[in-house]
Amino acid sequence: MAKKDDVSRRQFLNYTLTGVGGFMAAGMLLPMVRFAIDPIMKEGAKQDMVPVVEVSKVTEKPQRFTFEIEQKDGWYESKVTQAAWVYKDKNGDIVALSPICKHLGCTVDWAASPAHPNQFYCPCHGGRYEKDGTNIKGTPPLAPLDVYKKEVKDGKLYLGQAVPQ
Amino acid sequence: MLQKMYDWVDERLDITPMWRDIADHEVPEHVNPAHHFSAFVYCFGGLTFFITVIQILSGMFLSMYYVPDIINAYESVYYLQNEVAFGVIVRGMHHWGASLVIVMMFLHTLRVFFQGAYKKPRELNWVVGVMIFGVMLGLGFTGYLLPWDMKALFATKVGLEIAQTVPVIGPALKTLLAGDATIIGAQTLTRFFAIHVFFLPGALLGLMGAHFIMIRKQGISGPL
Ligand code: HEM
Ligand code: FES
Repeated sequence: MAKKDDVSRRQFLNYTLTGVGGFMAAGMLLPMVRFAIDPIMKEGAKQDMVPVVEVSKVTEKPQRFTFEIEQKDGWYESKVTQAAWVYKDKNGDIVALSPICKHLGCTVDWAASPAHPNQFYCPCHGGRYEKDGTNIKGTPPLAPLDVYKKEVKDGKLYLGQAVPQ
Repeated sequence: MLQKMYDWVDERLDITPMWRDIADHEVPEHVNPAHHFSAFVYCFGGLTFFITVIQILSGMFLSMYYVPDIINAYESVYYLQNEVAFGVIVRGMHHWGASLVIVMMFLHTLRVFFQGAYKKPRELNWVVGVMIFGVMLGLGFTGYLLPWDMKALFATKVGLEIAQTVPVIGPALKTLLAGDATIIGAQTLTRFFAIHVFFLPGALLGLMGAHFIMIRKQGISGPL
């Protein structure tokens, strides 16, 4: 006697087949999906501190210095050049800003706009920043320029990763 | 919910007859292992297809990391196997599946042969099956070079020498495959890659489509 909520033979077979089939499909696809999403699961590589310039060469006016870092891009290892805008602030502390615009990633330049000689200027969409990296309201960027982690050793400035202010 | 979505589409496009035509048909008693255990021999065709699906899927995922370039190929395979999560498993599926698919295809062929299932009216499906066999061997041959290690290089050297022994067109055939008359190198690798992941899988899908349409049309051969 079949009651109302009894499972019919057909339903039972449907459920078991779907279950077993789903289990097999998952067993097949899971490794592949995890394989594919590996880049978002990997921790970012730590970046070593690299010597950039003698502290004595740093002025009150921002100067652009370049330095090389080791980059590991999957199976490809190479040296890439990075740049920093470095100056001494009023208290004599060293500031090292990343030149990467916080709008959409173009490269900013100090005093590149004749109308704004004391600001960083981005040529792509006219983004501007104060000397300390603060973004100027009314221009496209929504955040201040990143600052490099820094360290002074034996009269030399070492820079590491650029982090948001 | 699912039923509602299905009904919504079905009301507009009348899809029920379409999938009925593909999926809803009787499995004759003589091919059902629940009735006669020896009917498991009828599974080999389906198993060949199943492993082919695994090959295509795992191959698509492998090519997210693999580069067909003589400087980076080996490094990229090393990286995807040893530094990407589940790399050993995904490469392992493709590696072992490549051999297993040949085994399954061979068993399937034996069943068709010994049952005489290739006889009229199914001759054309035998012909298509032989073409699938050729495409599979081609996939195995071209894929074997891709990791660009010593085993890959020398296996391909030998394979190309064999191609060269074909009467009349041999030398031209070898150059066409290798991309150069004497070197097995950069151009060979890119060619083999293109053949392995685009040309042969494309041909394989077309042939398998023909294979299955013919089976659907003619039905499975009768009991012995
Ligand atoms: C669309 C389908 C396919 C794609 C996209 C694909 C892609 C690839 C890629 C990127 C590699 C290099 C990575 C590695 O060696 O681990 C590879 C290797 C290989 N493939 Fe495929 N493949 C496909 C189908 C097949 C099929 C059907 C077969 C077998 C009949 C096959 C046989 C091989 C072999 C033997 C290797 C060398 C594997 C090793 O030594 O680990 N492939 N394939
Ligand atoms: S990227 Fe710098 S302003 Fe748009």
